[in-house]
Amino acid sequence: MKPGIPTWLLLLPAVAYLVLVFGAPLGNTFWMSITEPSLGLQNFETILTDPLYARVYLRTVLVAASVTLLCLGFGYPLAHYMARRGGLAAALLLGICGLCFWISYLVRTYAWTVILGNRGPVTAVARWLGIEPPPVLLFTTTASLIAMTHILLPYMVLTLYVVLARIDPNLIRAAHSLGASRWQSFTAVVLPLSLPAVVSGCLLVFIFCVGFYVTPTLLGSPRDMMISSLIANEIEALLDFGSASALAMMLLAAILVLLTIYDRLVGIDRIMR
Amino acid sequence: MSHLHLRQVSKRFGAVQAVIDATLQVQAGEFVSLLGPSGSGKTTTLMMIAGFEEPTAGSIELAGRQVEHVPPNQRDIGMVFQNYALFPHLSIAANIAFPLKVRGRPRAETEAAVRGALALVGLEEMATRLPRQLSGGQQQRVALARALGYQPTLLLLDEPLSALDKNLREQMQIELRRIHRQVGITTLYVTHDQAEAMTLSDRIVVFNRGRIEQVGAPLEVYARPATRFAAGFIGDSTILDGTASTAPTELRLPDGTTLHTAQPLHTNATGAASLLIRPEDFHLGEPPAGANALPVQVLSVLNLGPHLLLIGQHAGREIRIRTPVSPAALASEGSTITAWWLPAKSWPIPPA
Repeated sequence: MKPGIPTWLLLLPAVAYLVLVFGAPLGNTFWMSITEPSLGLQNFETILTDPLYARVYLRTVLVAASVTLLCLGFGYPLAHYMARRGGLAAALLLGICGLCFWISYLVRTYAWTVILGNRGPVTAVARWLGIEPPPVLLFTTTASLIAMTHILLPYMVLTLYVVLARIDPNLIRAAHSLGASRWQSFTAVVLPLSLPAVVSGCLLVFIFCVGFYVTPTLLGSPRDMMISSLIANEIEALLDFGSASALAMMLLAAILVLLTIYDRLVGIDRIMR
Repeated sequence: MSHLHLRQVSKRFGAVQAVIDATLQVQAGEFVSLLGPSGSGKTTTLMMIAGFEEPTAGSIELAGRQVEHVPPNQRDIGMVFQNYALFPHLSIAANIAFPLKVRGRPRAETEAAVRGALALVGLEEMATRLPRQLSGGQQQRVALARALGYQPTLLLLDEPLSALDKNLREQMQIELRRIHRQVGITTLYVTHDQAEAMTLSDRIVVFNRGRIEQVGAPLEVYARPATRFAAGFIGDSTILDGTASTAPTELRLPDGTTLHTAQPLHTNATGAASLLIRPEDFHLGEPPAGANALPVQVLSVLNLGPHLLLIGQHAGREIRIRTPVSPAALASEGSTITAWWLPAKSWPIPPA
């Protein structure tokens, strides 16, 4: 390497870009949260005292937790199967997961509005089975749960798969040869070795989910508002930039707390491994 | 009755016959090596005994029980894997306790067994460490302790020393022999290293292309190989091909030389036959009466310390001669010498 050209210069374009388009707006949001309409913490005070906000926060956490558990429930067996089976079956399933990744979530959200809608296939099947009136799915929390689980499942599956596929198959053989049943070798060897990935996957899905805006807004019930819709509402309907900024800051703070806990438990550098 | 009995065991993977008609009896307490090049069927045979592969045909009897359809965890076998396969998230003690835990043995018994197994391999002070904090040789010993701690009925070792460097490997060989003598467990050892098989085993099973070619004590397999493959795979060898002469113990080389042997030749339909001579059976100098002798053109002389290895040729066939260090032998490179051996030292093997 030539002297006089420090390598940190390589970071400069990316850092400058991030400061401009991410750091500055974030700083502005923080600034608005304590200055709109006047300097002080009154926006945070309102949020912490008004039960409306508490309800929305609680609902957001509950929805995010449900989606996380659903993703884990569907994702773990799938990732485990792919990792153990390997070969063509795994490649095919991995391809399907990747495909879901690449199709914009906006497209997938609109697809769900068609599938769950009044003239959609779900309603048609229900009618055909003689269920009258057919269940209303669109614009319910169920619909937004289904769609969010679908959109976030690949994140969970891929995070788990990467770690599960790296578990040496000889470890499972060793457990068998030493007398462990299939279930024992899963609980005593595979599960503990994949636990960091379970935490990573859950965290990833949970964080995506608490900030989810488009899908719950398009598919969910307006009564079961989530935090991001509330923020949008504060801005679009009430023009209350101060409250909106404070809500966003609280959300950010909550996520940072989660990440810190994760860092203590697993190590932040393992999030995409 | 033998402790382990394979009866005409075969394994096919699609179109590939990995193991063909393997029949083998192992006595209780024996140390038996399965020796062969990669792809010869030795590992597949081990995997069938362990229960990770089911035989396509044949039966496996272990301690008086038919086991070929019994899952691995119900066979009561201890196995050491090539890459050790220690559980990375468990301490050394927890690794060794694993087989006892899954069997639901009482805690006191488990702890005593772990202590005993650690003492057996001399790693008592490592009990609380994690596998990654140990060296390769130590991990290997832990894997052995884990496979022995619950006193299984059979110990399987799948090329356990291949990942270690040469010095450590020799140390572990001595260690393995000591442990085997101390524990007395019936042991099957898979290796492609013939020297390792020779040092460790009571008996060697030579595998080639899915078939068992020979079963015998190390020195027997070395001195009296049953097949051309066994002759070439185990030890250094010189193989001379020719045709049967009028007498059943005479071989005529293509150049007309007649060689004698104490055993009748293995002659095929065209009259071809071969003789094997081990390098240490050659002598240099004036041949005594009745000895076989050949002029050998010496191509290179390798000084191996206590002795020399002369690599030469006679009529296009490679001749390998082991001889004590001497000025004449050292200076023989490039010249033609006379090598002789006794008829009893030419062992007839089947022709190519």
